[in-house]
Amino acid sequence: MKTIAEINEKIKKGQAVVVNAEEIIEIVEKKGIEKAAKEVDVVTTGTFGPMCSSGAYFNFGHTKPKIKAGGGTALLNGVPAYAGWAAVDLYIGATAMPEDDPRNKIHPGEFAYGGSHVIEELVSGKDVRMQITAYGTDCYPRKHLDTWINIKDLNEAVLFNTRNAYQNYNVAVNLSNKTIYTYLGTLKPNLGNANYCSAGQLSPLLNDPLYKTLGIGTRIFLGGGIGYIAWQGTQHNPNAPRLENGVPKRPSGTLAVIGDLKQMNSRYLKGVSFIGYGTTLNVGIGLPIPVLNEETLKYAAVKDSEIVAAVIDYSEAYPNGKPEVLGEVNYAQLKSGEIEVKGKKVPTSGISSYSRAIEIANMLKDWIKKGKFLLTEKVANLPGPEDGVQFKPLNERPVKEEE
Amino acid sequence: MLSKKVVLNFPKNLIDRPIVYKLIKDFDLEFNILKASITPDAEGVMVLELSGDKKKIEDGIKYVKDQGVKVEPLSKDIKVNWDKCVQCGACVSICPTGALYIKDKNTMEVAFDAEKCIACELCIRPCPPRAIEVHYS
Repeated sequence: MKTIAEINEKIKKGQAVVVNAEEIIEIVEKKGIEKAAKEVDVVTTGTFGPMCSSGAYFNFGHTKPKIKAGGGTALLNGVPAYAGWAAVDLYIGATAMPEDDPRNKIHPGEFAYGGSHVIEELVSGKDVRMQITAYGTDCYPRKHLDTWINIKDLNEAVLFNTRNAYQNYNVAVNLSNKTIYTYLGTLKPNLGNANYCSAGQLSPLLNDPLYKTLGIGTRIFLGGGIGYIAWQGTQHNPNAPRLENGVPKRPSGTLAVIGDLKQMNSRYLKGVSFIGYGTTLNVGIGLPIPVLNEETLKYAAVKDSEIVAAVIDYSEAYPNGKPEVLGEVNYAQLKSGEIEVKGKKVPTSGISSYSRAIEIANMLKDWIKKGKFLLTEKVANLPGPEDGVQFKPLNERPVKEEE
Repeated sequence: MLSKKVVLNFPKNLIDRPIVYKLIKDFDLEFNILKASITPDAEGVMVLELSGDKKKIEDGIKYVKDQGVKVEPLSKDIKVNWDKCVQCGACVSICPTGALYIKDKNTMEVAFDAEKCIACELCIRPCPPRAIEVHYS
């Protein structure tokens, strides 16, 4: 019905009709799919939640005399960075911790500062201390470097996250009789609370559940700047069970995303600490969905009550990889503040920020309306349910010690 | 009718004696126990919200003091640093009094009602951006 090229022409003229994934629900209810699909050009989505498989790489420039960090060690504000590359490239991951952090020695540990906080400080324009130890070669003789660096002086600084924007997620509860500390927050004993982590009806991949309009090369909002979908994310699992509307009922698709860290903003890229678990990075992502036809619009008009997630016990079933599900609830129930699990009323908490997800969807809407952000054709599809991708557990083959 | 939050510090020799019940019996005060614990040194700490006639609250506090209990106004303030808050809501199901709550079920915005806060500090560490702060005044 419409092509991306046609929509882009409208965007350039400032004539595109752009609404967020919340607004579209009411528009479709009022006008019907057919009329709404003609009128609306783009639906913007958003999400802002903890995404552990995130990190940034950068090139800090050559020193005199030269040093090769590759094969040596690197610390950024005391947090180990990956140096197994060429001379002056480093990668810092969100969950990296300083070597002297006590971690969970006294449980639950604080995890006050880690890789995600280094990334936030870089993005905020703060100086970061970089310490390099190298072994020295004829061409790279220097062995030590201890210096302040700043993002504005780096040659390239790139956010490159290998798994973000999970399409749906578990609702975590605790059936045991003691408090547990998880990546979905603190879970009180005996079903004391239930924590969920998705923007639901605003979430990028829940609005295009079969990955029809998005793919490799799709331009997105990333961390307050512009980024791209680089690949499917790790653990991408398009074969999760789905509802009739295409929405997966379990954690399913994921995205690997990339973008210029220098353009980003710490409001949408924030280091956070989960007590007893570790550090992670809150990442803001917004995906524009072109309304190409009635089918894409039908998917984008999904609402919270039509998206279902599984309630999982994080004291026993999850850590031991057991498939037990305590029940299924929808996001309208989760957002009401209370769900029922095993006959008990359980208060809920969101770990992904819905209010900031709206903010992101609206920012992206604004960029598109002002002609600052054009849509892209995907270069290749992400694997869908028919493509035979399997998400497998490790086939563990223990190594026997030889005498 | 007045309401006042106070911290009572019981020395070792007093923790086995019934004292606060007199506040009801002799001074006609209502109280809500916000927190009660005994330290490893066997000293007792109790945080009470007292409600009643102003004069009676003053007399009741004087009585408790005369028994050897140290009485201080609750001066610990919990504040949310909204610049740090990421509006996730992890604190909401942790807070036992509903002081941290979702203001609007449509926007899911997190809000804080200092009046309801009992300064139990349960929210401090579970907050992912560590945006909740304890201030002593």
